[in-house]
Amino acid sequence: MKKLDRKQIAARLARDIPEGAYVNLGIGLPTLVADYLPKGREIILHSENGILGVGPKPAPGEEDEDLINAGKEPVTLLTGGCYFHHADSFGMIRGRHLDFAILGAFQVSVAGDLANWHTGGADDIPAVGGAMDLAVGAKQVLVMMEHLTKKGESKIVERCSYPLTGARCVDRIYTDLAVIDVKPEGLHVVETVEGLSFEELQRLTGVPLKKALIAA
Amino acid sequence: MINKFVASPEAALADVPDGATVMIHGFGNAGMPAALIDALIAQGARNLTIVNNNAGNADAGLAALIGARRVRKILCSFPRQADSWHFDKLYRAGEIELELVPQGTLAERIRTAGAGIGAFFTPTAYGTRLAEGKETRRIGDRDYVLEYPIHADYALVKADRADRWGNLTYRKSGRNFGPLMAMAAKCTVAQVRETVELGVLDPEQVHTPGIFVKRVVRVAAPMKKAA
Repeated sequence: MKKLDRKQIAARLARDIPEGAYVNLGIGLPTLVADYLPKGREIILHSENGILGVGPKPAPGEEDEDLINAGKEPVTLLTGGCYFHHADSFGMIRGRHLDFAILGAFQVSVAGDLANWHTGGADDIPAVGGAMDLAVGAKQVLVMMEHLTKKGESKIVERCSYPLTGARCVDRIYTDLAVIDVKPEGLHVVETVEGLSFEELQRLTGVPLKKALIAA
Repeated sequence: MINKFVASPEAALADVPDGATVMIHGFGNAGMPAALIDALIAQGARNLTIVNNNAGNADAGLAALIGARRVRKILCSFPRQADSWHFDKLYRAGEIELELVPQGTLAERIRTAGAGIGAFFTPTAYGTRLAEGKETRRIGDRDYVLEYPIHADYALVKADRADRWGNLTYRKSGRNFGPLMAMAAKCTVAQVRETVELGVLDPEQVHTPGIFVKRVVRVAAPMKKAA
């Protein structure tokens, strides 16, 4: 089978973001999506720290310490973009104004529970940022992650063993192996990577999957 | 004549007592009032409760205040950073208390304090360990968690320009928590890049009206570029 690398997962997800969408990209893996948004579509990126219309990285020497993204990296503002304070920013999130939140994950459960903020380890310093607001607030929550842990265990699980970020909040999962919709009646496999059968994906995943109507 | 201009950061913070709750503006270094934090370190107040989104980066600003062991407790959403070593060390040693608050809940708890709201229900964190022990309610078809405002004795904010009435404008994503914190504290002190005559700030573009600001200090440091 042809597993996707991280950039390919980002590119696959980016294809599904429609013209006119307001999108928040979580820290880490999801930030890669910005590089693959289809040219010709106007898609507006939101950053928790008060930006709509986040643009690309500035040229070297053009960085501005007052213009950073949620990952605290220097960014630019697109023409037509704007700034606002944190209460407005999280009003956009919590008030269901954002079309998509794209988040990384440690685990997603069959019910769409999301765990992505804390390993629960005793020595692990917890940090949540805006993840819990995004999980409950965006109209659709898209998760991107590797399908399996380094030990080969499925990150799609019956019940999350890590502390939850949000309950029943995930709409779709993009992994290096498949695209899977989370529906009230269960997980529907929308597509698998080249050379991976539904049966093999089912064997690797360990929780019950259903075939969606669209073939890979 | 109202004149909120104060000569120096030191003069602006001379009366901060031990045990005060101090909000510090900024998201990472954007909007962080570094000169005011330096003055607070020099001033020597101890046993502080700090409200910020983070818990300091590297060795300057909030990280230095924490490193100087002036902070008893911090309320923030994202303490863990690659360079949050001062916080990490004290936290692991049990020498600093952490109240971890989801970022939007942190913003709204600060906003509601300034707006005179008694408490509010938010859907954020419902069903997670950050809502454990908190009152919940089902309203319509959603579940909510009851959250209370965060009031402060002082707010230290960094703005771009100010006039002597204390009207402020911020710059780019440096605005973040500034307008909220300025409303939530009994005494808001603004560090600004430039002070201007009354009438220079476009009244349509004032971000923090002067009623929320007690003291303004001009800090003539040049705009630093990010590394």
